[in-house]
Amino acid sequence: MDVKVYKSMSLSNPQPIGLDNVQKASVAVAFTGLLILFLATFNQSIVEGQLFLYLSFVLMTAGVLIFSWRSFRTKPAGINNNGILFSSLTNRGLWAWGLGVFLTGFYVSLYWFPSYLGLASGDDGNTGLIAFFDPLSQVLKSQPASQWFVYGSLYTLAILLFGIRFIWKYRHNRYHVIRTFSIMFFQLGFAFLLPEFLQKLNYPYNDMKNVWPLNYYFFDEWNIKALLSSGNLGLFMLLLGVAMIFIISPILTYLYGKRWYCSWVCGCGGLAETAGDSFRHLSDKSLKAWQIERWLIHSVLLFSFAMTAGVIFSFFHNNPDGYWLNKGSFILILAGIIIILVVAQWLYKPFKESIDKTALRIFTGFMLIVLMLSCIAYFTGSGNALFIDFYSLRSTYGFLIGAAFSGVIGVGFYPLMGNRVWCRFGCPMAAILGVQQKLFSRFRITTNGGQCISCGNCSTYCEMGIDVRSYAQKGQNIVRASCVGCGVCAAVCPRGVLRLENGSNDIFDRTRDERTVFVK
Amino acid sequence: MYIYMGHMTLKDIQPYEDHFWTKNRIDLKRAHVEDIHFSDKRLQFSSGEELEFDKLILALGSKPNKFGWPGQALDGVRGLYSLQDLEYMENHSSDLKRAVIVGGGLIGVEMAEMFHSRHIPVSILVRENEYWDNVLPSEEASMVSRHIGNHGIDLRLSSKLDEILPDDNGRVRAVRVKESQEIIECGYVGLTAGVSPNVDFLKDSELEIDKGILVDNNLKTNLDSVFAIGDCAQLRSPSPGRGSIEAIWYTGRMMGEVAAYNICGKDISYDPGFWFNSAKFFDLEYQVYGSVPPGLEEGMDSFYWQDRALEKALRIVFNPETEAVIGFNLLGIRFRQEVCAKWLREKASLEDVMRNIHLALFDPEFSPAFTVQLIKAYNDRFQRKLSPGLKPVYDRVFNFLKS
Repeated sequence: MDVKVYKSMSLSNPQPIGLDNVQKASVAVAFTGLLILFLATFNQSIVEGQLFLYLSFVLMTAGVLIFSWRSFRTKPAGINNNGILFSSLTNRGLWAWGLGVFLTGFYVSLYWFPSYLGLASGDDGNTGLIAFFDPLSQVLKSQPASQWFVYGSLYTLAILLFGIRFIWKYRHNRYHVIRTFSIMFFQLGFAFLLPEFLQKLNYPYNDMKNVWPLNYYFFDEWNIKALLSSGNLGLFMLLLGVAMIFIISPILTYLYGKRWYCSWVCGCGGLAETAGDSFRHLSDKSLKAWQIERWLIHSVLLFSFAMTAGVIFSFFHNNPDGYWLNKGSFILILAGIIIILVVAQWLYKPFKESIDKTALRIFTGFMLIVLMLSCIAYFTGSGNALFIDFYSLRSTYGFLIGAAFSGVIGVGFYPLMGNRVWCRFGCPMAAILGVQQKLFSRFRITTNGGQCISCGNCSTYCEMGIDVRSYAQKGQNIVRASCVGCGVCAAVCPRGVLRLENGSNDIFDRTRDERTVFVK
Repeated sequence: MYIYMGHMTLKDIQPYEDHFWTKNRIDLKRAHVEDIHFSDKRLQFSSGEELEFDKLILALGSKPNKFGWPGQALDGVRGLYSLQDLEYMENHSSDLKRAVIVGGGLIGVEMAEMFHSRHIPVSILVRENEYWDNVLPSEEASMVSRHIGNHGIDLRLSSKLDEILPDDNGRVRAVRVKESQEIIECGYVGLTAGVSPNVDFLKDSELEIDKGILVDNNLKTNLDSVFAIGDCAQLRSPSPGRGSIEAIWYTGRMMGEVAAYNICGKDISYDPGFWFNSAKFFDLEYQVYGSVPPGLEEGMDSFYWQDRALEKALRIVFNPETEAVIGFNLLGIRFRQEVCAKWLREKASLEDVMRNIHLALFDPEFSPAFTVQLIKAYNDRFQRKLSPGLKPVYDRVFNFLKS
């Protein structure tokens, strides 16, 4: 019998079990599809025309799907993590570094050197990869493709293909099947097709599920003006955007935790859950990483809050007439929001108890400085709140956070640092939802009495780097700001210990009980 | 298990980071204790070093059972208990053509899954007629046997090990099955026929030892200031429905807590409450709450349901006179321990349990509702007219548990 076995333990570096021939062939097919895109990028005339564009899509689709079918559909339904830590691609081996460099390179050229992808500098038409996507772009929005159209198409394709892979992998678990369909639906419909159609109909581009502060340009002058000049639909989108922030998102987060967004709707989360699934175990579970996470993500949140306040202030300063809001009323609203937030956190006991004192002080101090400087700017008649040019701050944010963090590190480093680096350390939206989830939500992961055997599967496969086991073995519910509710911990648990649940009766006591404390 | 299968690394299976020990002022000493001098409270290490103690907690664990089979000491024959056992298994896995596992229990099936994950063919020799039917009732045992077989494992039921045969180099070459006298060629033999307390090196000491180290309800041994917990401890008077030696994870955890109270001078006695446990046979999860013996005993009846695909089963053992529930056996279904515990404690009737079955459901959200079929089976058997229950909503559970 032909049997292949490793020599050494996973601790060292065993050789993985080889792929079967069908899988090898499917890898070749997918790479051929990718090769066509490469040739197009370098303007090779051999792949001109829409036939090759669609051929490339078909080949990549066929390759990924056949490979996934062989990996999962031909095996019994169940947890299928065999050999993940033996594989070079999924255990930071050579393939992982190679993929990391490739993805990082793609993002760098996308954000800062789009001319490499064929973006025209002057009035000339685009060339290369961007021109290659023109036929599809013409169909969808009757315009030539841009680098963002190329990116959006490939991004959506990745979520759809790897979404199907994920559904096959977890087909025994309906939570994952439904959740993944939701991700695929929102990406294809809301993030990709709908905005392109809107543009075809001469409406502004708008991904309606992309909420501020993740959508950091929402309050930019150009975006607000574009929406306001687009009739009722534009107004609707503007109001929807504001309602998402202040009404819809808090209610949904109260009801279901931040998972309604982060692992059911969001595009960044969607890519992480599907294309990034094979890298989820690479997240750092150490206490140190958790400390860095808390400082970093909440700093980004404060940064983005101050920046947005400044941008809106400047908007009203530059446009003193014509809107029912103005600089003065904006300052009042801002003051109202800040005072409510600060007072609630200091005086409302359940909040006060669950927030670290240092965090409270920093938050309060920061908010008061923002408020004070805005007032000074108002009374001195300066257009720049905080005496900083907010549009340059805004571009710094766009460069550092919007591009470098979310794209280059967020996706480029999937194979090295796990699939949720951006969501965990950088995303201001995740930060806001996380604070809500921690303070005022029905969501928690319940642990089942004393059944935990401390095996470590839950912690290992937590993409957010939460040490789930440390709670489970104490019989304590998991209520963590960072938890995106993907449900994989509960799926990989071999003893049926974890369940994602919503309950309104004990919101402020969700973490109180340590139920396996044996002697009361 | 999960290291060998490539699901996790050694670091991942350690419950605490290294800083945990220093932070909690625990000196982690890595050494081999060769002897314990109880009279003058000294530990003797194999390095020659010594350590004095005021109080001693013995947590010596178990060792795999070996029943004197010919060839049990050959190279390539070993149980699976420690990291060293895992390394041994790993080192013997290269070019392995087949592994034979002796004993059908929870470690046996895990070992089979391990080899299977590396595409190494596995045969399991099981004494019983169905897998683990010395613990599971026959329906559940046959469902487990079927599931293991479906995963491509060569499961030999009613088969005992006769002899392990060597090659010229003192390595295992094959095993002979007692019943059929068939010879199965193999390069590794896993011994998984249970475990027993690892107390041999203390047999001649002042410590009172039967199968394990005898302890009272405070987990104290016959010697002053010496406690024993976990697999190596044997309770002098276990509580009703519980064994004197229980080599399972959570009793070790509970005993640790009790011993901690007692060495700190607080008189707390050990009572693990009703029996519960869980396991996973390949993809088939198993949970038990309360008492579900392999065969019904005096004053017991049971209601059993399994789905058509043979992937889920639920058995509720109850007292036919009082109708009080006694135990729950679950395959492919997760139940909530606290709800089951409350039902068992309050001696809820079978009818009550069936009416409120939604309170116990712990499967992931959106899981297909098997309760419709379950209630139908219950109605058919007992001529009742219960309607399929409510959804497993946490607030209902909360209200039930606090009521």
